[in-house]
Amino acid sequence: MFTLIDRKDVTSESVWFKINAPNVARVCKAGQFVIIRANDKGERIPLTIADWDVNEGWVSVIFQKVGASTYELADLQKGGNLQDCVGPLGIPTHVENAGNTIVIGGGLGIAIATPVARAYKQAGNHTEVIVGARKKELLFNIEEIKEFADGLHICTDDGSEGRHGFVTDQLLEMIESGQQIDTVFCVGPPIMMKFVAKVTEPFNLKTIASLNTIMLDGTGMCGACRVTVGGETKFACIDGPDFDAHLVEWEETMSRLSSYKEEEKEAMEYYQKHREGCQCDKKGEQK
Amino acid sequence: MSAQRKPRPQLIRTKLPMPCQEPADRIQNFDEVPYGYNEAEAVFEAQRCLTCKNQPCVSGCPVEVPIRNFITLVKEKKFLEAAALIKTKNSLPAVTGRVCPQESQCEAKCVMGRRHQPVAIGNLERFVADYARDHGEEVPELPNSTGKTVAIVGAGPAGLTCAGDLALMGHEVTIYEALHAPGGVLIYGIPEFRLPKGIVKYEIDFLKKVGVKIHLNFIVGSNKTVDELLAEFDAVFIGSGAGAPRFLNIPGINLVNVYSANEYLTRVNLLKGYKFPEYKTPVKRGKTVMIIGAGNVAMDSARTAKRLGAEHSIIVYRRSKKECPARQEEIHHADEEDIEFRFLTNPIRIIGDELGKVKAVECLKYELGESDETGRAKPIPIPGSEHLVECEVVVIAVGNDPNPIIPRTTPDLEVSRWGTIVTERSTGKTSKEKVYAGGDIATGAATVIAAMGAGKVAAKDIHKQIMGIKDEETVEP
Ligand SMILES: Cc1cc2nc3c(=O)[nH]c(=O)nc-3n(C[C@H](O)[C@H](O)[C@H](O)COP(=O)(O)OP(=O)(O)OC[C@H]3O[C@@H](n4cnc5c(N)ncnc54)[C@H](O)[C@@H]3O)c2cc1C
Ligand SMILES: Cc1cc2nc3c(=O)[nH]c(=O)nc-3n(C[C@H](O)[C@H](O)[C@H](O)COP(=O)(O)OP(=O)(O)OC[C@H]3O[C@@H](n4cnc5c(N)ncnc54)[C@H](O)[C@@H]3O)c2cc1C
Ligand code: SF4
Ligand code: SF4
Ligand code: FES
Repeated sequence: MFTLIDRKDVTSESVWFKINAPNVARVCKAGQFVIIRANDKGERIPLTIADWDVNEGWVSVIFQKVGASTYELADLQKGGNLQDCVGPLGIPTHVENAGNTIVIGGGLGIAIATPVARAYKQAGNHTEVIVGARKKELLFNIEEIKEFADGLHICTDDGSEGRHGFVTDQLLEMIESGQQIDTVFCVGPPIMMKFVAKVTEPFNLKTIASLNTIMLDGTGMCGACRVTVGGETKFACIDGPDFDAHLVEWEETMSRLSSYKEEEKEAMEYYQKHREGCQCDKKGEQK
Repeated sequence: MSAQRKPRPQLIRTKLPMPCQEPADRIQNFDEVPYGYNEAEAVFEAQRCLTCKNQPCVSGCPVEVPIRNFITLVKEKKFLEAAALIKTKNSLPAVTGRVCPQESQCEAKCVMGRRHQPVAIGNLERFVADYARDHGEEVPELPNSTGKTVAIVGAGPAGLTCAGDLALMGHEVTIYEALHAPGGVLIYGIPEFRLPKGIVKYEIDFLKKVGVKIHLNFIVGSNKTVDELLAEFDAVFIGSGAGAPRFLNIPGINLVNVYSANEYLTRVNLLKGYKFPEYKTPVKRGKTVMIIGAGNVAMDSARTAKRLGAEHSIIVYRRSKKECPARQEEIHHADEEDIEFRFLTNPIRIIGDELGKVKAVECLKYELGESDETGRAKPIPIPGSEHLVECEVVVIAVGNDPNPIIPRTTPDLEVSRWGTIVTERSTGKTSKEKVYAGGDIATGAATVIAAMGAGKVAAKDIHKQIMGIKDEETVEP
């Protein structure tokens, strides 16, 4: 059992968990992830480690409520228990002093971009961060990023905060302004990463994408997470999750992510029905 | 003098068949297919054993179960004693009785098999183990603690056996397992209808009773390296298995709904995807499911597909039925369950729809040519025999490679060019001091009993090493 030391709602769609997991905290590095399971019937959900403390023995994750499993997870209260938490998984983001780095986080990707950007900064890079979200209310970690980043650029689809537009608009402007850029790191919805790769490719700019494929075990045992990179099949859990964004087959990656569209709907309906059922019971008790 | 000689029992030529769930019923559920013998049936089958003096059957068993002697105890209805006797050599008889390829091991050597059918050794082993489980088997008395500690990597049959043996020798044993449940392939691969998970759980509870600690959700190589374990423990045994699935190098292999058998079976067995959405892990149910390969793993996948509601569950195999590497019993059960076999056929391309989902597989027909170096006839493609088979799900069951995590994170461990850890077979020793390995990680994908045998061999040598016991020849007579 892994105790939920703390939790809070970061935005209306996403939740922050602080999990007691000393074995993970002891060895994890930026860019690695854990797989957690709420209970015995739960799905194994991969989530990037957002922050950690070796001495206190915890890791934190931030996740978006997108389907039944993440909604169910979000229902967990402080002091409750997660059935399983395994990690750190994946190869840590390769952080070196490359000079000038731009880290892009889209939507929930902001959670993952934060520790990666901090690691780049600590390695001595000039580090600028671009974050994007559909609207102002879905932004988070802003103050935290400001603390260490050499620059923060906010983009929203509806213009309710920062630049009115996509992260790729901001990126293109920075590249075209002649600013020195050595590495671009991006994480977010695959469609965003695909377009980031498109923007940087003509400039031959080294671009790394952190892939959120479907996963099961996270140890190289199932192949659910496979992606084609440079014509070769790779397993995102043990060969990644970071890959050269110019070599990733984005169409395939996106179609594989949508494998369970119908089942996700069914799971969500089951979850809602089941959850309402529970509340009815409670009302019954009060009478 | 020998006027009292017992009359020779009448020779019964055929094995007593195991009662089974009817095919039409069992494809609707995930319950175990054979019911197992009852007491009378077990005694009846045991009577067929000729109690051979030289017991050739034993030489066919990788761990040398005292077959003749345990069967004799069954004849005398001393079932608990029979179980205890088997357990001196084989700690998981309820498992091996169900999954050993007996026809190529113990039963292949049985004298009865020369002219008639061999004694049903596997069925008897299973009966005895199940009887013991239901009738309160005693936990053996443990010797005093030696104060020595051993770490085991992986809770598959190799690791579990090594752990059990070492615990019974008085050592303090800790197993580290990456998944959220112990058992290895027994729990995530082999389906419920062939090996009920309750049996695996019982065996694991038994290990806990003899003091073995099991640490789940712990990846050696990530949470701790082998070297870190060596700093804490007197020895380390690696039983991390051959868990890395192979895929075919054909177009469309990464389309949606193309699974490795590992993924397909893990979704269903470990994560109970057949109870979706109550259990949250989905698994695709197709009207037609194609399975590529013809080993045990392929049979398990095909029979699972049927139980998930597939109208057509098709096994495609490049060679002929004779060459199928699966156990006979599994092929027989698959046949009964209307699994469609397409022999001498191989896929060359998987075709997707506009959403990237499988809709058909293009296959090629083969004919058998001359025998290759393994003595098997070589399949040769027939030009122009390309044809399409429509299907919604494809399961690739063409084998597994060793899991790379340990070799990658243990640089001074010698690894073969196939990725297996190099060991001395008679001891399980690796190139690294105080580190042992066995099971699929050392041999490549093999069998449950071979993995258990390797765990046993290593336990023996680990005991010798950590207790400072010298080799036999140096011991004073
Ligand atoms: C290495 C790795 C790290 C990850 N880190 C994080 C993280 O830090 N925070 C976080 O919120 N999520 C992260 N994810 C994604 C997360 O695991 C999934 O969002 C989650 O499993 C969805 O489960 P669900 O059952 O709630 O939703 P489902 O029912 O599976 O999905 C619901 C909807 O969300 C969409 N969806 C599912 N997964 C993704 C995805 N990865 N990206 C975009 N859309 C998706 C589906 O297409 C579907 O429409 C990570 C994934 C990987 C592989
Ligand atoms: C579907 C299927 C059906 C089969 N049917 C039969 C059959 O009928 N008869 C038969 O004899 N054989 C059968 N086999 C083969 C048999 O199951 C294997 O040969 C046997 O399980 C190997 O045992 P093992 O202990 O070496 O490895 P495994 O059973 O693979 O166990 C290895 C364990 O180690 C864990 N692990 C791996 N890496 C790490 C790490 N770094 N840290 C911690 N833990 C780790 C894994 O999660 C796993 O639990 C079948 C195999 C499959 C896949
Ligand atoms: S362990 Fe397997 S090979 Fe040995 S006697 Fe039992 S069934 Fe036969
Ligand atoms: S070879 Fe067959 S008949 Fe002879 S002892 Fe063994 S099981 Fe019995
Ligand atoms: S998640 Fe199973 S191999 Fe990557």
